[in-house]
Amino acid sequence: MQVKRTPKTYDVCIIGSGAAGGTAAKVLTEGGLSVVLLEAGPPIVPERDYKEHVWPYDLPHRGVGVGGHARHGFDNEFLAPNGAWEIDGEPYLSAPGSRFRWFRSRIVGGRTNHWGRIALRMAPVDFKVRSHDGMGDDWPISYEDVAPYYDKVESYIGVFGSKENIPSAPDGVFLPPPKPRCTETIIKKSCDKLSILCIPSRLAILTKPHNGRLACHYCAQCGRGCITASNFSSSQVMIPPAEKTGRLTMITGAMARELIVSKDGKVAAVSYIDKATKEERRLHARAFIVAASACESARLLLNSKSTLFPDGLANSSGVVGRNLMDTVGSDAGGYFPQLERMPAHNHDGVGGMHMYLPWWKFDRKNDFLRGYHTEFGGGRGLPGVGDYDELCDEFEGYGLALKRECKKKYGTYIGFAGRGEMIPNENCYCEIDPAVVDQWGIPVLRFHWKWSDNEIKMAKDMQETYRSIVEAAGGIFIPSTQEDAAHPHGIADGGVIIHEVGTARMGERSATSALNQYCQAHDVKNLFVSDGACFVTNADKNPTLTIMALTWRACDYLLDQAKRGNLGA
Amino acid sequence: MAISRRDILKSLTMTAIGGSVLRVIPLEAAEYAHRMVKAEKAAAETHAYSPKFFSAHAYKTLQSLCNTIIPPDDEAKGAVEAGAPEFIDLLTSENKDYQLALGGGLMWLDSTCIDRYEKPYLDCNVERQKEIVDLIAYRKTAKQDPSLEQGIEFFSFLRKLTADGFFTSEIGIDYLGYVGNTYLQEFPGCPPLPE
Repeated sequence: MQVKRTPKTYDVCIIGSGAAGGTAAKVLTEGGLSVVLLEAGPPIVPERDYKEHVWPYDLPHRGVGVGGHARHGFDNEFLAPNGAWEIDGEPYLSAPGSRFRWFRSRIVGGRTNHWGRIALRMAPVDFKVRSHDGMGDDWPISYEDVAPYYDKVESYIGVFGSKENIPSAPDGVFLPPPKPRCTETIIKKSCDKLSILCIPSRLAILTKPHNGRLACHYCAQCGRGCITASNFSSSQVMIPPAEKTGRLTMITGAMARELIVSKDGKVAAVSYIDKATKEERRLHARAFIVAASACESARLLLNSKSTLFPDGLANSSGVVGRNLMDTVGSDAGGYFPQLERMPAHNHDGVGGMHMYLPWWKFDRKNDFLRGYHTEFGGGRGLPGVGDYDELCDEFEGYGLALKRECKKKYGTYIGFAGRGEMIPNENCYCEIDPAVVDQWGIPVLRFHWKWSDNEIKMAKDMQETYRSIVEAAGGIFIPSTQEDAAHPHGIADGGVIIHEVGTARMGERSATSALNQYCQAHDVKNLFVSDGACFVTNADKNPTLTIMALTWRACDYLLDQAKRGNLGA
Repeated sequence: MAISRRDILKSLTMTAIGGSVLRVIPLEAAEYAHRMVKAEKAAAETHAYSPKFFSAHAYKTLQSLCNTIIPPDDEAKGAVEAGAPEFIDLLTSENKDYQLALGGGLMWLDSTCIDRYEKPYLDCNVERQKEIVDLIAYRKTAKQDPSLEQGIEFFSFLRKLTADGFFTSEIGIDYLGYVGNTYLQEFPGCPPLPE
């Protein structure tokens, strides 16, 4: 007997389970829609995957893994399995003369498992840059459009901070901030002398119990994954309420290959590879939200070619893959002799900075356009492998002199990380490489990258600022260690700060943008792209909070459409 | 049957996400889980360590050098007591680059000692051991004698790995005075800063 099967059609199919995908899953399922969520990686299992509170000596490799491979790498054994710069079988390329690095998380929650939880609102001026200084483009929305959604996201996920009334750093709905550490007290004092703003940071970490989650217990190990879910990750905060509705179907190990378009020009299905069986499968839905991360989403759109959409889906404007931006990053440090005399004390705090430097020179003319904020940290942290490399090289020798020098210098360094706005330029984009495919046969991305003078000048200003702060505090400045011809003023390569955005930007005009203000494709009405791809600019605000706010807004719009019977119409 | 670490962690996760059903006092429970990790590790430890990569002779030389790099003093034991040689041997057994750098470095040391003193390093007296270590512990000596470069590279790498092994051990962490990796209700902030 032959059974004719009608495939189940979900209301919405979401591709990606990170900041955007997780938020969409929560908002849409709670709004009553049936949702299928595709994630390219495996589930995350806190009891298995989290190494919170493990001491280095509890592990034979002390955290650096087999052969010490992670001795200086990012992927040490303590960290939650949160992604990698290179993934076996899934290459990407940098065009000749370009250096771009792409950090990908193939796991439920995506890069929210890894991020620094820095939750900064974009400022009103950040949405209207062209009107302000003539460069780049304005967003089709204003701060007032997004503010209610910032409120919703912050209220739900929990963000600590303080009301400061600073134009470049709008206040939000805040839990109380934690007290400053010694390192932060020293830098605050120095910044006060120099009239540089230094205020409590804004991190998605709970300083009070919140929405059924426990308050932070101040072990400084957010990067290892938090067993009490006191910090925000999509996997622990967005996905569980979506699952609770009974309307979420999650499919892990599902690598999206292509969006399939029907004759009417709508997306009908997603074709994906089930990694476990290596089989190609299809899922049908009335609407699709692509939330695979800015570049992965662009890749999926560009790989979804058809006679109706020969240049890729939602790409009649040709902007998909274009306007790729990262954050301008330049790091420096300082040695602070006064910290040598600190008595032993618990310095851990939350897993991140308690204070930061918002952009403070917004009221004057600078050598460059736009601004940057500064993250900083250091002090008496849990010792780890590699911590004494620099001291060993500098001090040399051996014996008690070396041993005592290490003790004397322990906890006396503070590092600074400038994080600034890049202006999009025509030399920075990603495209499909014509020849190379990944292990699933999916064509891969090739990146083009070149910083403009504005970013280099910004990096220079960062270095000068950190020198002045360190010296005003009586410390010894340590300039960027990666300054060379290819990295003037220590500017990091494209992608290294892991803030890629802009590859399917929103806008009022379909000729110059891929999406409308609700992250809905101009060309394909039942297609939304709500991750960093939709960004028009990349303000000096870590993008995750804005990704969640824009996604929530897009989903409210979609729910409204559904109520009117227009879902997928 | 004793409650397993897995059970504890699972209950913690459920408390965190599901709300108040399993109101395990989470800090105590997680402390308990941590103690169990330690107990598991202690149970797995065997009596005498047998090197995975280095020959008995090379391992003895490695131990001697680790002890020279970070020796015990009144305040704290040294790198050998802290398990640095075991840590280095484990990593080296899994890493070809380390095998070349450290295996080759130890051979360089012995052959240089034989050239200079007619004995491998371990058989040299304390003065001669100090003499050769003083030559490879500082980069500036390569300017006078470029033949020392390989030894300097070797020692520089071993110094870092020894520091790793020592300062990530319980002994080394106590010695530094790190306080933390624990559970606090409130973060106390900075004690008064010395002026």
